[in-house]
Amino acid sequence: MTAATAARRTSRHDDLSGRRPGWRIVAAKELADHLLSVRFFVLLLVLGAAAVIPLYFAAERLRSLASDISGLQAVFLALFTVSPQGAPDFRAEVFLGIAAPLLGLGFSFDAVNGERSEGTLPRLLSQPIHRDDVINGKFIAGLAVIAVVLFAVMVSISGFGLARLGLVPAASEIVRLVAWYLVTVLYVALWLAFGLLLSVVIRRGATAALAGFGVWLFVAIPYFGPRFVSAILGIFLRPTSGEEQLGAYGLQELVLRFLPSQLYSEASVVLLNPSITTVSTPATIGQLVQYQQQIPSLVSLDQSLLIIWPHVVVLVALTVGCFALAYAQFMRQEVRA
Amino acid sequence: MSPVAKKGARRPPRATVAPGAGPADGASVASAAPAAPRRSDGDHASAPIRTLGLTKLYGDLVAVDSLDLEVKAGEIFGLLGQNGAGKTTTILMLLGLTEPTSGEARVVGYDPTRNPLGVKRRVGYLPDAVGFYGGLTGRENLRYTARLNGLSGDDAEERIDIVLDQVRLADRADDKVETYSRGMKQRLGIADALVKEPQVLILDEPTTAIDPIGVVEILELLRQLVRDQGLAVLLSSHLLNQVQSVCDRVGIFAAGRLIGIGTVPQLARRFGDAGPQIELGLADAPSDEARMALATAIAGIAGVVAVHEAADEHALWRIDLASHEVADAALAATISAVAVVGQRLRSIRELEPTLDDIYRRAVSQAGLAVTRRAVA
Repeated sequence: MTAATAARRTSRHDDLSGRRPGWRIVAAKELADHLLSVRFFVLLLVLGAAAVIPLYFAAERLRSLASDISGLQAVFLALFTVSPQGAPDFRAEVFLGIAAPLLGLGFSFDAVNGERSEGTLPRLLSQPIHRDDVINGKFIAGLAVIAVVLFAVMVSISGFGLARLGLVPAASEIVRLVAWYLVTVLYVALWLAFGLLLSVVIRRGATAALAGFGVWLFVAIPYFGPRFVSAILGIFLRPTSGEEQLGAYGLQELVLRFLPSQLYSEASVVLLNPSITTVSTPATIGQLVQYQQQIPSLVSLDQSLLIIWPHVVVLVALTVGCFALAYAQFMRQEVRA
Repeated sequence: MSPVAKKGARRPPRATVAPGAGPADGASVASAAPAAPRRSDGDHASAPIRTLGLTKLYGDLVAVDSLDLEVKAGEIFGLLGQNGAGKTTTILMLLGLTEPTSGEARVVGYDPTRNPLGVKRRVGYLPDAVGFYGGLTGRENLRYTARLNGLSGDDAEERIDIVLDQVRLADRADDKVETYSRGMKQRLGIADALVKEPQVLILDEPTTAIDPIGVVEILELLRQLVRDQGLAVLLSSHLLNQVQSVCDRVGIFAAGRLIGIGTVPQLARRFGDAGPQIELGLADAPSDEARMALATAIAGIAGVVAVHEAADEHALWRIDLASHEVADAALAATISAVAVVGQRLRSIRELEPTLDDIYRRAVSQAGLAVTRRAVA
């Protein structure tokens, strides 16, 4: 070895200042992998379909409505919230809420166990990076892909509204859309963190995917989990009076809010409908009457944000919790299978 | 610790690092150490890998039992042992990928537990059953490793070309790794370990799944690296003849303990309980009298310790010798003894104990020692 190479080697080995942090290198590689993967295109198609199909059916209704509601605010947001007659759940917003978690799960369910089964984990961990760089880099890369895909989907829907229906968003509507976009990214980040946790805990990719899919089926699809919860509660609660009826609704709502999908759907409804002033069922008949007598009006964004602030906080807490659990497990795991 | 292991160890374990010392001990050692690597330079240069009483427990299972090991720069050290003997666990501890229960290790001057990055920056590691990202080409896989080691741009490409040439993969470098054979992946693994220009190379089963000619190439490459760059190489294997052909020194591992360490001839002396032997084959089955006469004649030769007659007419005779030095004379005397009793010689040769024999004896002796310890 010549003195020159020795010097170069030593300087590279010892000089850490100019070095890119490990997580950025991992994230860059993961991002490139994601964007070129078949999985990416499949998920893009699924999500695109989830956005476009309800939009297609809603377009008719929107055209007929447009003449009535023109002049009102928030027509543009109706793109996401209008459903065809007789199918109240057939809305772009709901469909996205169902399909988007797959995006999170899809990019993380095999993040760690995939490296394990390919035999690349020991090699990766024997490089001079911290162990958490691996999991951080993977999470960041997943988040970046999610942000890009959701952005593309929302821009496409908006573009459809602009081009085909001639709807032009007001500034306040754009701000609301951005807020909804951020909440959606947060909600998908929760599923990403959950998928990451599965990939750390479950050694086989297929098993992790199946587990994630099962949870998604129960939690994210309104026809399963929430219906199931309501049915069970219905067995125990047999309200006789109107007050009791309201109490039963309140309880059901409380239980449902343990599901992150419920939190997200409430948050997205509030953000996309400036006319909604509350997300909770009135607790008494009096409140109900009061609520019904309210003059319909549009609330400003900060009022809407105030309503859903607890939802956002819980979603953040759940995401952080899932990621922390995955992180802690990963740091403790043996390198060998 | 059994007497065998004590004899085999390079140094007796220091009293201060008793096996089973708690993590508190490790902490006090680390706090005493300066933040910069300890570079008492001559020391560091002579032994890039050093362990002292290194122990790893998985629950009740002792994976590695107070290991004292030293690998010098410019030497290839072979770690021999059955599956589950603790080779891989030792390697993982040296890299800071798993924490020792007690004892300490120094790799290129760093404590792998306290400063894993310092170690990983200078140590190339080929894991057992190495894997690559199948969807990327060999070159792309190496590029990722180079980036993780702080190499990028032309520096990285240049370095990647060099290591690909060294393992003779340059012509397949731009094919996806999923099209590679296992042997090619193994060679890519060695290239991957070399990308960072390591000072120490740790190879876990480097030659499994490589064809015989490829093995020779790999072993030659290792020799060349050690000769030209003064690398220290630690390799683990259960392919004994390869270890014998390439390693300067060998450590025999059984049930987590190093039961023998040294060059192959040194180990042969320690574990070759019968010493050198002569193997003798006769052309025809001798009559009983002839056999008796031959046995007596051979037993009378100077330096012969014992004569094992052939069990049947096709089998070979074995003659135990006192030492290697008397072998030539004994060989000649045996040939004339065969002629004197009127037999025809088919074959005769001196048997050197192979690493295979040494290994088997060492392991069985250690097994006895373990049983004895259990009884006591």
